[in-house]
Amino acid sequence: MKRRDSASSTPTRRRQFLTMAAGCGTAAAIALPVRATSRSGPSGKVVVVGGGYGGATAAKYIRMWSDGRIDVTLVEPNAAFVSCPMSNLVVGGSRDLSFLTVGYDNLPQRHGVRIIRDTAAAVDVDERIVRLAGGGELPYDRLILSPGIDFMWDQVPGLANADAQARILHAWKAGPQTVALRRQLEAMPDGGVYALSIPVAPFRCPPGPYERACQVAWYFKRAKPKSKVLILDGNGDVTSKAALFRKAWADEYKGIVEYRADHVLAGVDAATRTARFDVHDDVRADVLNVVPPQRAGAIARSAGVVTANDRWCDVDFRSFESVTVENVHVLGDAIQVAPGMPKSGHMANQHAKVCAAAVVALLSGQPPNPTPVLTNTCYSMVTDRDSIHVCSIHQWDADRKTVLPVPGSGGLSTAMSELEGTYAFAWARNIWADTLA
Amino acid sequence: MRLFPAIAAALLALAAPAAAAQAPDANLARNLAATCTNCHGTNGVSQGGTESLAGMPKDALVQKMLEFKSGTRPATLMHQLAKGYSDEQITLIAGWFAAQKAPR
Repeated sequence: MKRRDSASSTPTRRRQFLTMAAGCGTAAAIALPVRATSRSGPSGKVVVVGGGYGGATAAKYIRMWSDGRIDVTLVEPNAAFVSCPMSNLVVGGSRDLSFLTVGYDNLPQRHGVRIIRDTAAAVDVDERIVRLAGGGELPYDRLILSPGIDFMWDQVPGLANADAQARILHAWKAGPQTVALRRQLEAMPDGGVYALSIPVAPFRCPPGPYERACQVAWYFKRAKPKSKVLILDGNGDVTSKAALFRKAWADEYKGIVEYRADHVLAGVDAATRTARFDVHDDVRADVLNVVPPQRAGAIARSAGVVTANDRWCDVDFRSFESVTVENVHVLGDAIQVAPGMPKSGHMANQHAKVCAAAVVALLSGQPPNPTPVLTNTCYSMVTDRDSIHVCSIHQWDADRKTVLPVPGSGGLSTAMSELEGTYAFAWARNIWADTLA
Repeated sequence: MRLFPAIAAALLALAAPAAAAQAPDANLARNLAATCTNCHGTNGVSQGGTESLAGMPKDALVQKMLEFKSGTRPATLMHQLAKGYSDEQITLIAGWFAAQKAPR
């Protein structure tokens, strides 16, 4: 396996330097085409694995910023993109799945991205080849992994088998599970209990569980007012927008939402929909929704880029290249985040742009931008139309060699509002287009 | 004997990346502007619900951002985001969007 000597060097440049230096002896050697010099513009093959907020954005922006000169292949098993952000509205019943669904057609038609509908099964980082589940092989000069999350089923005793997983849903990847959870809530009689288990942070979308509690409560308040939403949080407190969510539960959903901290799930009994805890009493629910602990998608393991706690991938934030494996970049929820950086769709889109700029530069024989900047804007829908936000800006810190929130910047809503609700829907429209159109 | 020109060419090729590393990044403004486009649309052309920044006069956008930054222009979140950029970065961002074609 090719390993990088240091995080600060740029491997492509190093390789070119050696190629050129080795060619000094003869004119013939120098006349050989050297890949990607600044005078000839960018060129090369990029393979992107995963067509979510990170991967689709990276594919589009590399094509845009290389003026179509870099060959980009996107490997994605799903026929269409289904957004996790806003998917709690489908759980609450104010929107349906089609609202979240965007086709991939614009990526090939407008940007010349080649899309292969398959699953990346393995990566050979020495040969620089992605092997597909369907049997094909894709060679790359640079590989971008945006694999999202896998669930750590072994951490939830009782939930490892398919029957249990069909009964106790996660709905933490938007799609069939989102609709199935909605169906369970519709089938639940009034007076029932919906219980939501939240894993210990970090997990995908820090405010997502609390938004889900709001959306289910919004539904109960109208359709099943004797029912309860019970939040069983593995963390010591609400992990995002805490005061704003607590106010919504107290004001909008008084008597419906109950929050319990420090409830690390010890296991489930699928047959009775019971959640078990080491210290606290068991909780039996009519609808039990478990968000399991998570780690980087499996393909990251195959590429050897899972470096943090056997779960996440450490990257150089100037390029999102793995700190251990050359020419492999990682985006989105799969990375080991910088301080104060959430695992969000907005952030994955921002990762992708820093990475795209770096990949185009590197394949042009240039160093990556030494001062990357990323933003995050995250809206949570508290009702079907009112929203709250958290936002932040992250700038490169040369001393600490990471990106850090700018002191005094960013912040939260002062209160939930319908105006912010309209901005939340505008956010969705715009980021879906920025990622996919 | 063509060895001498060959060495000169090799030295030039070696010097090029080093020189590039010293120069300011030609794409810095583009990269900074891309931090706005999740919400304001690719290249600043909004899909609606947010302001299109493409083609907005540079001075107007700089002024707006500085007003957000100082808190004199009311906002739900732009006053929080504007504080994350230096004045130099705001100038680069505004210059880049001003050079983009405004949506029809």
